[in-house]
Amino acid sequence: MEKMSRVTTALGSSSISGRTMFCHLDAPANAISVCRDATQVVVAGRNIFKIYALEEEQFVEKLNLRVGRKPSLNFSCADVMWHQMEENLLATAATNGAVVTWNLGKPSRNKQEQLFTEHKRTVNKVCFHPTEVYMLLSGSQDGYMKCFDLRKKESVSTFSGQSESVRDVQFSMKDYFTFAASFENGNVQLWDIRRPDRYERMFTAHTGPVFCCDWHPDDRGWLATGGRDKMVKVWDMTTNRAKEIFCVQTIASVARVKWRPERKWHLATCSMMVDHNIYVWDVRRPFIPFATFEEHKDVTTGIVWRHQHDPHFLLSGSKDSTLYQHMFKDASRPVDRANPEGLCFGLFGDLAFAAKESLISGDASRKPYPGGDRRYPIFFFKKPNPTEQFAHVSSALSVFESSVESRHMDWLVKTARLYLLSGKPFAELCDHNAKVAKELNRPQVSTTWTMLRIMFSDPANLSTPGPNHIGKLGTLPLMNSFSMKEMGTGLVAEGRLERSKGESRQDNLHLEPGNSLINSNNDENEETEGSEGQAEYMFGDAELDDDDLYSMEHENHAAEEQEYTLPQEAFPLRHEIMDNPSAPEHLQQDKADSPHASGNEAEVMCLTPIESFSLISISQPLFSPHLPAQFFCPVVREMLIHYAEQGDVQMAVSVLIVLGDRIRKEIDDLTQEHWYTSYIDLLQRLELWNVSNEVIKLSTCSAITCLNQTSTTLHVNCSNCKRPMSNRGWICDRCHQCASVCAVCHHVVKGLFVWCQGCSHGGHLEHVMNWLKSSSHCPAGCGHLCEYT
Amino acid sequence: MQEYIVVQLSRFFHPQFEFIHSRVKNGALEDLGIRIPRPLGNGPSRFIPEKEIQVSKVDPRTQSIFEDAFAALGRLDNISLVMGFHPQYLENFLKTQHYLLQMDGPLSLHYRHYIGIMAAARHQCSYLVNLHVNDFVQVGGDPKWLNGLEGAPKKLQALGELNKILAHRPWLLTKAHIENLLKAEEHSWSLAELIHAVVLLTHYHSLASFTFGCGITPEIHSDGGHTFRPPSLSQYCVCDIANGNGHGNHPEEKLGNHQEVSGEVEVLMERMKQLQECRDEEEASQEEMATRFEREKTESMLVATAEDDECVPSRDVSRHFEDPYGYKDFSRRGEHVPTFRVQDYSWEDHGYSLVNRLYPDVGQLLDDKFQMAYNLTYNTMATHKDVDTSMLRRAIWNYIHCMFGIRYDDYDYGEINQLLDRSFKVYIKTMVCSPEKTTKRMYESFWRQFQHSEKVHVNLLLMEARMQAELLYALRAITRYMT
Repeated sequence: MEKMSRVTTALGSSSISGRTMFCHLDAPANAISVCRDATQVVVAGRNIFKIYALEEEQFVEKLNLRVGRKPSLNFSCADVMWHQMEENLLATAATNGAVVTWNLGKPSRNKQEQLFTEHKRTVNKVCFHPTEVYMLLSGSQDGYMKCFDLRKKESVSTFSGQSESVRDVQFSMKDYFTFAASFENGNVQLWDIRRPDRYERMFTAHTGPVFCCDWHPDDRGWLATGGRDKMVKVWDMTTNRAKEIFCVQTIASVARVKWRPERKWHLATCSMMVDHNIYVWDVRRPFIPFATFEEHKDVTTGIVWRHQHDPHFLLSGSKDSTLYQHMFKDASRPVDRANPEGLCFGLFGDLAFAAKESLISGDASRKPYPGGDRRYPIFFFKKPNPTEQFAHVSSALSVFESSVESRHMDWLVKTARLYLLSGKPFAELCDHNAKVAKELNRPQVSTTWTMLRIMFSDPANLSTPGPNHIGKLGTLPLMNSFSMKEMGTGLVAEGRLERSKGESRQDNLHLEPGNSLINSNNDENEETEGSEGQAEYMFGDAELDDDDLYSMEHENHAAEEQEYTLPQEAFPLRHEIMDNPSAPEHLQQDKADSPHASGNEAEVMCLTPIESFSLISISQPLFSPHLPAQFFCPVVREMLIHYAEQGDVQMAVSVLIVLGDRIRKEIDDLTQEHWYTSYIDLLQRLELWNVSNEVIKLSTCSAITCLNQTSTTLHVNCSNCKRPMSNRGWICDRCHQCASVCAVCHHVVKGLFVWCQGCSHGGHLEHVMNWLKSSSHCPAGCGHLCEYT
Repeated sequence: MQEYIVVQLSRFFHPQFEFIHSRVKNGALEDLGIRIPRPLGNGPSRFIPEKEIQVSKVDPRTQSIFEDAFAALGRLDNISLVMGFHPQYLENFLKTQHYLLQMDGPLSLHYRHYIGIMAAARHQCSYLVNLHVNDFVQVGGDPKWLNGLEGAPKKLQALGELNKILAHRPWLLTKAHIENLLKAEEHSWSLAELIHAVVLLTHYHSLASFTFGCGITPEIHSDGGHTFRPPSLSQYCVCDIANGNGHGNHPEEKLGNHQEVSGEVEVLMERMKQLQECRDEEEASQEEMATRFEREKTESMLVATAEDDECVPSRDVSRHFEDPYGYKDFSRRGEHVPTFRVQDYSWEDHGYSLVNRLYPDVGQLLDDKFQMAYNLTYNTMATHKDVDTSMLRRAIWNYIHCMFGIRYDDYDYGEINQLLDRSFKVYIKTMVCSPEKTTKRMYESFWRQFQHSEKVHVNLLLMEARMQAELLYALRAITRYMT
């Protein structure tokens, strides 16, 4: 090793120069290796075996080693290595299990020197000893590693990996006798070359195959391994147990890993599948690559640093049949494109925001917050490490806490709880929801509900009260609740049954005769006028005042720049939601669209006192009785989209559900699905499970309704031994008894199970229903007069 | 109602579940005037005598696996019963199948079963079709789809082509096929869905092979699996009609052949030993190796698949596929198929990563299953103990891949000729390429001295090797599409 470093110093790294360049190969490459003086590179693959000279401006083909009329499988290389001491010596690993050495000094065209066919399966890796000229190591799929003395005809020693395939073998750079081997089952073994009987040490490094390993060129004990589990790990081997000191998570399985010369913390990786880029990582910064080379169009199969002491040149071969020389200065730096700002809402409306320190402190003279919110700026400092070449960004984290009175999510929770989405005639749902909105001081929403009722209630139908009316308006029919087959909703179904009954009774009371409709409308108009409060929208006022908070600039800085320089003036990402200038215009436009619906418009105008003639128009007939409901659909659609865009997705979804078929076709499925998912997400964050479930149930998007079917788990205990039943809900692992048997058919109940809470007998929902038609006694024969609600 | 009882009763007929059995008040139903269905077949397999598969004799481990399977599915299908010979494998198999069909995945439940039906129908496997028709309806699938592929959504219809190619000529799969599926506007598949579908298709193609290869009989509750007639009047089941052989077994014939083949196992073992020893001495040239592979590939084409080509697919099944499109041999029509080199695209390095990326955890499950099947051994051969069977297993595995044009650079295909005799090759070829033509005679004529459990073991190898071969082609096409 000493000798070698002297040689390279004599050579001087200044003699290497070049630029980012590439050349086309005739066939995909499997591996590449570079000669000691960094002037030539050998490329090997199934159908290629060539030596290229690295010149200033280009690659020049020097030699084709693939000779002969019909090249044999010995030329089909899985790996290649150029000896680092002897510049004429090369070794290849063939897919058919042969290990071949080549002597470039041979005068004949065929440079093949030795052929070892001792391995029974594909040889995955060959490795020359770093300082010993004649020592060659191979690792094969058949589970053996063999050490060859090139002066002899066959191997001198065989190391057995206990029939696990060997993926990589690497001699230690510093310990003369040690080598590491990585295996398909995730293990890494350390061997002493003098002791073929047993490995020195073994540890499990990855789950799944370890495709590659590499000793640190300077640090004696460091070994980097990469595996199919998409991880690169750095192990410290100097301690008793191999200790994982760094771990880098990549996005695809790691095919090769190579330490970067002269840079203690850097290593380069490439992937075997899907991802074509080469990454250079600083192991201390495992979350973002230090540099990326993105030139290849197919997976990179071989990477090698051009010179042992020069960190600026990387060579790579790929399945896309190209050979590249990458200049480090041309690499892209993902960190420059990374966004150093972060923003997150807490459950109760708290807002955490991290931004670069320069942004926050430049803002020190800000006006105090009007809403009484407090701000806690927290500054994190990481001591800059001069050896790290990463761009240093110090961020300030601010947490904004909302005060108690402006718990602005309250209205959303209350609305969600109080809104009725189904189970009543359409008109009543609208009225109810309008009332809820009004009580929560949201007059515009309230008015919208009222308008909807007027638009879509057929006046002719309204005048005929009666039970058939319910069905026509598309409320949930009573019996429907039974046909919903869901795991373990027996109780829910009962509850629903009860409620539906109650509602149908109320229906009769609440239905008003048609002629009172106009009066009631007028009443409501006046009410709306009276309660002319400001429209309140979600995401309270306080923190939104601060435009600066949202300011962000995305600019690509020059690659060499180590510091960010952000301009102080920035643009707000979101416009203010508080005062809602678009609303009145929008409604005016509605009016223009539907001149006949002046009566309806009147109500809207109450909100916007700009228009004065609106009050006059009340005296006119409300609307022509022949106007079809479809007429309003475009208006309503725009209204929904408007609400959704304003952030009130609750309103959009609620109206969508209540209107049902009347409006559904007007809005494309993707938008609907988007609204539903947003609302459901919101509800679930607020832990409003019941409401969110109801929404899921009532939605008509298939993508939403199937949410109810995924990941539903119900934990049950066995009725015999009272232990939890881990496996399935109806058979107990411990006592081998079927837990729940139907009292009617004596079979195991696997789906809906109902039981009487008096005698705790029950069974299949359908069976019990049928039974109760004929008898009110318990089907189990216990004599109990069962009561099902 | 009648059907309901059939389904329910099927559970009680298993001797395994006496604890349930005891709960049925026997005779109660007949008193009510309900006809009780009777099982048609004798045991789960037509090839294997029922007494070989005695559920009451199984070890506790198998017992618990059976119980879990029963608890998960509410039934214990005959496939599982036959696989019960190899409990380690069965456990892996059921876990994978459960994940593919029941757990979270990109496709909805009824799609999964429908794809299963499509795949099984390609091989006219009425057993699997019936099984999944029931499941399909149970998870809320539209019965209209069952009238044929035309009744299914456009999206599934588009999958028909892939199904066809994968089942019979997977080497023809190109990235254009994948592109057609992924870029079909509103009927297009997402990559994750496609992977799920591909895994399901290959799973059911190979499972159909196993079903025919082991002569699985229909369960009592499936169509053709039971009869309401008195036991004396026998009836052909759908499977038998499709296979062209009925219940007529000829035990005498079997006995007659028995003497002349008594040395079979010993010969095979001798050959394996020879191969092991003389491998280093005679080193075949590279050209020789290449020709050996080509020869084996071509020869595998010439192996006659079945005696009778006129098979009558039952009407029930045939409506799930539209045209007859069988396994077409490579060289027969002069088309050149480039050899697929495993060293360039292998399951371990490439396939696994792709599957796991798009359908998490499934790569791992399949990997475990393949490894389990490939490495499973009891170190026995017929009556001999402590035999290293790895060579034989590798020969079988590579022979199947060879039939699909997949070549291992590091394998000497001359070994196949030494280890696999002609009747065995006929069986493998038939089972892998046109499983519906497998007959009991074929099953009996290979490896006559081996035990049934060993033949089932072979079937497992065949099934997994076939699945991996199909998957490799499909995944390679997807990878090519992605790059």
